[in-house]
Amino acid sequence: MDTVVSLESRTPSTTALVQVDHLRHLYNEGDHLVLDDVSLTLKDNEIVALLGRSGCGKSTLLRIIAGLMRPSSGTVTIDGDLVSGPASQVAMVFQSFALFPWLTVLENAEIGLEAQGVDPDLRKKRALAAIDLIGLDGYESAYPKELSGGMRQRVGLARALVVHPRVLLMDEPFSALDVLTAETLRTDLLDLWCEGRMPISSILMVTHNIEEAVVMCDRILVFSSNPGRIVSEIKVELPQPRSRLDPKFRQLVDDIYALMTARPGDKRAREGIFPGTGIAMVLPRISPNILAGLMETIAAEPYSGKADLPALAGSLQMEIDDLFPAADTLQLLRFAEVAEGDIRLTDTGKRFVQADVDGRKKLFAQHFFTYVPLAAHIKHVLDDRSSHRAPASRFRDELEDHMSEEAAEQTLRAIISWARYGEAFAYDEDSGVLSLDNPT
Amino acid sequence: MITPIATRAERTYPLGLRPRGLLPNFYDIVVFFLIAGVFIALAHGAREMQAPLASLDVAPVTLDPMNLPGYALLTTLRMFAAILASLAFTFVVATLAAKSRKAELVIIPALDILQSVPVLGFLTFTVVFFMRLFPASELGAECAAIFAIFTAQAWNMAFSFYQSLRTVPSDLDEVSRHFQLSPWLRFWRLEVPFAAPGLIWNTMMSMSGGWFFVVASEAVSVGNTTFKLPGIGSWLALAIEQKNIGAVALAVATMAAVILAYDQLLFRPIVAWADKFRFEQTAALQRPQSWVYDIVRRARLFKRVFALISGFGARLATIGPRRSGLRLPAMSSQWAKATDILWMVLVLAGAADAVWRMFSYLHATLGLADVVTAFGLGLITLVRVVVLIAIASVIWVPISVWIGLRPWAAEKVQPFAQFLAAFPANVLFPIAVVGIVSWHLNPNIWLSPLMVLGTQWYIVFNVIAGASAFPTDLREASTLYRLRSWQWWRDVMLPGVFPYYVTGALTASGGSWNASIVAEVASWGDTRLSATGLGAYIAEATEKGDYPRVVLGIAVMSIFVVAFNRLLWRPLYRLAERRFRLN
Repeated sequence: MDTVVSLESRTPSTTALVQVDHLRHLYNEGDHLVLDDVSLTLKDNEIVALLGRSGCGKSTLLRIIAGLMRPSSGTVTIDGDLVSGPASQVAMVFQSFALFPWLTVLENAEIGLEAQGVDPDLRKKRALAAIDLIGLDGYESAYPKELSGGMRQRVGLARALVVHPRVLLMDEPFSALDVLTAETLRTDLLDLWCEGRMPISSILMVTHNIEEAVVMCDRILVFSSNPGRIVSEIKVELPQPRSRLDPKFRQLVDDIYALMTARPGDKRAREGIFPGTGIAMVLPRISPNILAGLMETIAAEPYSGKADLPALAGSLQMEIDDLFPAADTLQLLRFAEVAEGDIRLTDTGKRFVQADVDGRKKLFAQHFFTYVPLAAHIKHVLDDRSSHRAPASRFRDELEDHMSEEAAEQTLRAIISWARYGEAFAYDEDSGVLSLDNPT
Repeated sequence: MITPIATRAERTYPLGLRPRGLLPNFYDIVVFFLIAGVFIALAHGAREMQAPLASLDVAPVTLDPMNLPGYALLTTLRMFAAILASLAFTFVVATLAAKSRKAELVIIPALDILQSVPVLGFLTFTVVFFMRLFPASELGAECAAIFAIFTAQAWNMAFSFYQSLRTVPSDLDEVSRHFQLSPWLRFWRLEVPFAAPGLIWNTMMSMSGGWFFVVASEAVSVGNTTFKLPGIGSWLALAIEQKNIGAVALAVATMAAVILAYDQLLFRPIVAWADKFRFEQTAALQRPQSWVYDIVRRARLFKRVFALISGFGARLATIGPRRSGLRLPAMSSQWAKATDILWMVLVLAGAADAVWRMFSYLHATLGLADVVTAFGLGLITLVRVVVLIAIASVIWVPISVWIGLRPWAAEKVQPFAQFLAAFPANVLFPIAVVGIVSWHLNPNIWLSPLMVLGTQWYIVFNVIAGASAFPTDLREASTLYRLRSWQWWRDVMLPGVFPYYVTGALTASGGSWNASIVAEVASWGDTRLSATGLGAYIAEATEKGDYPRVVLGIAVMSIFVVAFNRLLWRPLYRLAERRFRLN
């Protein structure tokens, strides 16, 4: 199983290591399509990123490749073997590190070999070698809770490398770390990779961080949401180590932003922002304060009503997972337009920024009822009833016909939070009742 | 010395209470009848074997102080035998419930009801059963006593373990599937460590409750079967018979010493050791301390022994099938559905059969009037429980809050309150009875406080824990805004300790129902005091060997407890979870 690759061979080969064919996946075997006809090939000696927003199914894809989930249809083969259960040729690194808090660093690293029934002495030797490689010398007897986040993720990496996998799968491995720690770990990992010191042939990583993908990967597969499918494949041909300040690097990042905010075909432009259609649209929980703050920022200098999303993300220190849902919500409410990596305030958006508190609330409520189908539906139901009251559970049940329980809860919470801001309708937490009364 | 109070993570929901309902009540009813059916079968069997049991040929218990340490040891051994049995039961039954949907359907409501059943009532049947199993040997009586303690301990431990198994963090679950841990390795590396803090906490609670039952189950007379096993409980029974107040005092002192020793030598070290199993990503500032654990850790000899044990443990974890292999869904969903339905039909048929047996058994000897009587007595006991818990709350909540807000006081009082909760209150009963007899007090009123004598401490130490955990910034804010005393209680402190109070009060009320069986009837020499109530009804029926009335009494008490939990504690608990949970 010795697959340490020599220095010269760090150029992608042509043989398929992982082959994914026409994968489809339905949420809970229901009608919500998570992955739609996804096919990809991972070759020897390459790092490939699956880039997309949260909830686009990229983590699901990774778990299907690892054999932790079964797809609704389609196949995955690794090294020519059909994956039908936990695959032993891959090892995974988790976003949450997923370390056993009651095992020491060494014991955590050994767990994969222990499961294989490897002799304790050999087990220890291999684990120590991996700990050494990953820069955890001296921490062998520490417990995870004593370590910082970056150190913990190193343990996660060591644990994965110990079993000598062909492919390293990484699920947002750096997103739980602070900026500085994440950058150090990325650089260390890239050094090990370029020097061919890791016993792996390829890396497949999931990320929502565009720059991270461009820094690390040879290829980027861009995912669209709802349903998740691969919309584009980008080859990154910049030499390693890559500089973020390189104009070519910046250009590539801008291009990917544009790609991820492009709205092919006007018909889907608004309906397709969030999963589901009509009242069954899954809405993100974005605070009205974020929306107002975002609009104010875009309206102010230096943007004056139109902002470049990468620049905006940089100056606001927002990841695309925070920025995109906020931008999309503004788009849904017709306060802004998002296209080609830019966000532009509409006329009402500008009016909103200039209005006083009451004016803003009025404008918000107006757009809320007009453009959010669920809000219009709830108002209609409340208007119809003589008491002008209805239990929230009525709508929750209705939503659960179309989406998961969590998505329904999240959507309802979003609606309630927006309704409260716009003073559109009231919600009493104790009784769980929505009403048209104005809280006094 | 900070006593470990369960944190949110290890405080598994008592009585199977969860933010969302456990299972539809329908299953509870079905399972209730199944359990009742088993009771009837046992009682029926006991009746068949009505012939007097051969008297036990054991050394009679004497009130010689020289014997007392030996008795204390035997009592402790019984406790540990029972706790080991409970652990074994927990590992098997709770795992089964967590892994098999069909088993879960029956086991979980059964645990829910069993932990509400007055376990002292079990004694009646189990004594006869075990004495028959091991005729003319001490073993039968020993088994009966141990089983009685087991029935007081096992259910909440199993519940806690089951809940932990069901809430294993999903990322660790993925890791163990990903690295293909065999079920055996997964159990020891993931599931048991994750469940450990909750299980240890519940085992501690069970032990506390267990002392009460060990005292009650060593000297038992059912109908014409009487036995006294050497132990503190029998010593106490003999002391009561002989009106020897000095011997009672000795028993109290010995009991205190035993509980203190078990706490210091066993549980504190275990809790200190188990701290590493807490599922948290940051190191806690305050760790549970134990001087015994520190000594053990430092001593070289112990280190060797520990290495040996843990080496053995590691081997234990790796034996068994190496790889789980590729696991695929074994059954098609249609087939699974079909077997589910079949299983449901079987369960329902079993319940129907149990209903029929129950009806025919009770109908043969009892009339509707008996049922009405039992319910009436149940209401009287209910009034006692409610009034006493209310009085205990009014007295203890302010005091506990006062203590909890002062760290120096909490540190001193908290271990003491836990000690009192573990102390078997029935050891103190004779002293109360002497008082009632000599001052000619009304037993209907004055026997009642005995029911909460041992259980009120659950309110005390839970509320102290709640007040200690109350956020400092909220306290500072209420000081700044000069909240006046009533407003301070209503808006700040009572909501703050409410979740803790509910946990304590529901444990206390459950314990009080159980205690009523021994507290409503008490004797001193040949003086017998009896209060009107369901507890006395069960106790008297037990003494007479009147099985149908015992069954009726237990069934009615179970209904009361379950209804009380469902209608009062469960809604309160949910309210506490939803509204008053800080952080």
